[in-house]
Amino acid sequence: MSATTKPVNQKAWFLILPVFICVAFSAILPLMTVVNYSVQDIISPERRVFVGTEWFAAVMRDEDLHAALWNQMKFSLAVLVVEIPLGIALALAMPAQGWKASATLVIVALSLLIPWNVVGTIWQIFGRADIGLMGHSLERLGIEYSYTGDATQAWLTVLLMDVWHWTPLVALLAYAGLRSIPDAYYQAARIDGASKLAVFRYIQLPKMRGVLMIAVLLRFMDSFMIYTEPFVLTGGGPGNATTFLSQYLTQKAVGQFDLGPAAAFSLIYFLIILLFCFVLYNWMQSLGQAEKEGAGHA
Amino acid sequence: MSRIDLDLAHSYRPNPSQDSDYALLPLKMSFEDGGAYALLGPSGCGKTTMLNIMSGLLVPSHGSVCFDGRDVTRATPQERNIAQVFQFPVIYDTMTVAENLAFPLKNRKVPADQIRQRVGQIAEMLDMSHQLDMRAAGLSADQKQKISLGRGLVRPDVSAVLFDEPLTVIDPHLKWQLRRKLKQIHHELKLTLIYVTHDQVEALTFADQVVVMTRGKVVQLGAPDALFERPAHTFVGHFIGSPGMNLLEVEAQNGSLRIGDRVLPVPRPLPEGPLRLGIRPEYLRLVPLSEQGCLPGTVTRVQDIGTYFLVTVDAAGQSLKARLSNETAIPGMGSLVGLQILGDHTCFYQNEELVA
Repeated sequence: MSATTKPVNQKAWFLILPVFICVAFSAILPLMTVVNYSVQDIISPERRVFVGTEWFAAVMRDEDLHAALWNQMKFSLAVLVVEIPLGIALALAMPAQGWKASATLVIVALSLLIPWNVVGTIWQIFGRADIGLMGHSLERLGIEYSYTGDATQAWLTVLLMDVWHWTPLVALLAYAGLRSIPDAYYQAARIDGASKLAVFRYIQLPKMRGVLMIAVLLRFMDSFMIYTEPFVLTGGGPGNATTFLSQYLTQKAVGQFDLGPAAAFSLIYFLIILLFCFVLYNWMQSLGQAEKEGAGHA
Repeated sequence: MSRIDLDLAHSYRPNPSQDSDYALLPLKMSFEDGGAYALLGPSGCGKTTMLNIMSGLLVPSHGSVCFDGRDVTRATPQERNIAQVFQFPVIYDTMTVAENLAFPLKNRKVPADQIRQRVGQIAEMLDMSHQLDMRAAGLSADQKQKISLGRGLVRPDVSAVLFDEPLTVIDPHLKWQLRRKLKQIHHELKLTLIYVTHDQVEALTFADQVVVMTRGKVVQLGAPDALFERPAHTFVGHFIGSPGMNLLEVEAQNGSLRIGDRVLPVPRPLPEGPLRLGIRPEYLRLVPLSEQGCLPGTVTRVQDIGTYFLVTVDAAGQSLKARLSNETAIPGMGSLVGLQILGDHTCFYQNEELVA
């Protein structure tokens, strides 16, 4: 037991007051507004009725919402499955040093600098059968392609667009991870006669775990909130083939002005993202922990 | 196991024009099969460059490397069948200790039962048998370095095992133990071992033959006692020994030796002109001023090192150190003493090279 006791100083609370005020205005108050909407039926600015959990129940039963959620899940999963391995492959192929490395970095990062709505417009034109490079080329190859007519093709085009836009982020993160591996590891691997595959499996991949975790989280969150690009490209269609959660939410809130259900749904949306990130983060952390603990029982 | 012949130079710059452009100046030397060698020198002297050239991690910019007469200058480490242990521990994080040790064998498609047997032996040798199934990632730095050492020694048929300051991260008491172990392994397996270090004690206790390097140049290759008794270069005299050799500016002229304003008879034939006289503190004797042919000096410092005394004497405008045993009479500070600097152990250098 320690003989000294901590001095009690309640003034310390004042020191966190600025942060508390900032967070209150930037996060807590807006969130509470949403909570406020979600439990009321606002008929007009003067007339509103407390409805309890009614909106939540209604939203949970909404078939369109289920479709959007399912669409979203498939899309986010596809984004991760394609972008993470592709990003790693890209990072492995990038030159390690010299002017080529700088040049490659700039070129790879280029797509990250383009605003979302411009990305949508670029692909809108790129995919057109009459003037777009991709659309026209596909047509000349005899493939009937239309992102406005065919649901599967629309979905794939949105995915392709996201891959084009965001794989460089994964590549840059993986590249940073790769560059931080000391040379001695590669030298030792050469001495030990390790194949390229073994070097990847036993050196590069384990050493990239940290940055890949960040890449997975970022790409999951971003793709789960995707809005602008499909909105510009397909407007959510054909039908609702490319209507993802955020767009569905916007339709509800802004299009139909159903503030109550939209607020209830926002909260559910928020919790879903929180839950996924929590699970993903803990899973990847425990992967790292297992390695350390396995050795801990000396 | 093979004999390694080097005849090369290396520069990290594209067009070396002067000596300082070279990491390794042109050199020609051989490492005999089954020998225990140390490459000794201060940081940046080219030891690691030389080691990496031997292992094949680096291709020399000039010249060739031969293993048993076969030119392997451009062969990969795998083709040379060489093992190397690095300064900082390199372990494969996701593997257990046993998998780490087995990795070099597994990559070479050695049968599983042989791998198990060999890994068992090496683990036994390094006292790691009880840790074989643990994850390597969570071990302490010196345990990790033991794994690195083990990976270097696990292949029984290597041409040579190269060590690049492998004990830097190891605790001092374990250092002794591991060094003895390496020596024992050398006797048992008769592997060619080449050991890079900047620690003279490590080099002298480990190796049969020590290569002393400075500024990209090999200045002496010899047994530890030769480095001590007859340093071929003033750098060796200065670098080896604690403290290093005393070096005095002298001038040989017409059969006499001028030191400051003193003139002493030449002990053996010497080239004429300015020379440097080298004498180890161990051989520098303090004598009464009355003795023939001694150099008078003033004691400026007396240090008690525990098992011996270190006495600093100013003579002829230069400072010399003498190592005296506890049993002899130790002169007081400021007293006048004679220094016997000429004897069998005295060396003479011209342009830094040993001449007599």
